[in-house]
Amino acid sequence: MSNISDTAIVGIGQTEFSKDSGRSELQLAAEASLAAIRDAGLSPSDIDGMVTFTLDSNDELDLMRCLGITELNWTARGPFGGAAASATVQLASAAVASGAAKAVLIYRAFNERSGKRFGQPDAGGYAAMMGGPDFHFAYGLDTPAKIYSLWYQRYMRKYGVTSEDLGRYVVVARDHAATNPAAWYYGKPITLDDHQNSRWIVEPILHLLDCCQESDGGVAIVITSADRAKDMKNGGVRVKAATQSHRFGGQIMFDYYRDDLAEFEETRTMSERLWKDAGLGPKDIDVAMIYENFTPVVFLALEGHGFCKRGEAKDFIRDGHIRLAGSLPVNTHGGLLGEAYIHGVNNILEGVRQIRGTAANQVAGAQHVLVSASRSGMILGPL
Amino acid sequence: MAQKDDIYFWEGAREGRLLLRSCAECGRIAHPPVPMCPQCHSLEWGTRQASGRGTVYAWIDSRHPSRVESPSRIVALIDLEEGVRLVSNLRDIALDDVEPGLPVEVFFEEINGHVMPQFRVMEGRA
Repeated sequence: MSNISDTAIVGIGQTEFSKDSGRSELQLAAEASLAAIRDAGLSPSDIDGMVTFTLDSNDELDLMRCLGITELNWTARGPFGGAAASATVQLASAAVASGAAKAVLIYRAFNERSGKRFGQPDAGGYAAMMGGPDFHFAYGLDTPAKIYSLWYQRYMRKYGVTSEDLGRYVVVARDHAATNPAAWYYGKPITLDDHQNSRWIVEPILHLLDCCQESDGGVAIVITSADRAKDMKNGGVRVKAATQSHRFGGQIMFDYYRDDLAEFEETRTMSERLWKDAGLGPKDIDVAMIYENFTPVVFLALEGHGFCKRGEAKDFIRDGHIRLAGSLPVNTHGGLLGEAYIHGVNNILEGVRQIRGTAANQVAGAQHVLVSASRSGMILGPL
Repeated sequence: MAQKDDIYFWEGAREGRLLLRSCAECGRIAHPPVPMCPQCHSLEWGTRQASGRGTVYAWIDSRHPSRVESPSRIVALIDLEEGVRLVSNLRDIALDDVEPGLPVEVFFEEINGHVMPQFRVMEGRA
């Protein structure tokens, strides 16, 4: 019987990242998928499984009709919005490991800036959208920035994290984006003053520059067995471990009902499983790709993964550890703030490029990369 | 939208009562409500009227993200005396005056056609 660690990412593909793609979400999905399949040296008829987010608007059969795929034997979709980003790889690798599918295509594509914007309240207002009162939207929690800020505050107060501390992460992310030609903010670094002077989106937590972008674009990944990967066009990147952690009492978005909102246990327990499955620890990781819809998530994740102690992420970042020359370069493509917000799946592609040695901001000799999205994560490594 | 599992809450609000769903078997309060008690798995529920007193746990200023001049309101997490956390609005207070642990009490007001619990600083503490 094979395991998730017997699978590999063999192809990656993406469209350009923009604010107005000028074409349908299905076309973005098809373009990115074909690019990933060709990157693997496969043809569409080799694909027999598909995985995406429950939130993706592109129907599997429509994408099949675009690509000319003959037959699918496996489909799965990950719930929980962005928390599904890393879960897609677990779903695809589990299918390959079990024999349910031989080659699985992961895709995520949307016009999230020119179409329905995640960052804006519903045009009809929350009352019209919900059709009545509820426990959250009706009180004014009508954008992700507001919804998440309401629990970030506890972390910031408990550990004395200031807005300037948050800004120090953003400066690094934008520096990385500035030298990544695929990034929307290519050539556009910022200063800490720029961060501090950007307008409040949610006072007193998030400035504009703490918020991820809204982006149009598509990305895709192909996963097959590690054995088969050895003969593939671009080799393969091993999925050494991939898992999720969801805990009793937790909620997605409106995660207000745990005792202590300054701690985020899911990242810690998810990481413990990753370390155990991969036989590795935080010190073995060369590069980390961390989902950041908003800056504070990076702090919670650095601590939850065990890269630093609780409350010390602000010092870890200030001391330069997450820069390209640091001990743990983070979001080397610029992250969701700097490159684009393709719901976190673009982070996985950057992880693959780091191990292939083809990243725009290549970390020399990168062997092990952690990619995470708060509740889901993976460790990638060489074949 | 009010669902079968939380209709008691909005009916209570219309009567000026802050109601919590409590398990008829073991008394455990569930908020937000769920149809099965996770402790004893009973499907029988009653309601318990909360005192309406609590303290502020966290808060934000809710303003339209791209219309800076739009009116705002404070959204807060309120820890009720009964050990339950509730999302609501803080009223009659400036953003800079809010602090963790601030004692607050409930009142009810019709907003966008629905009577909703709102909170303000407890009398005698302002």
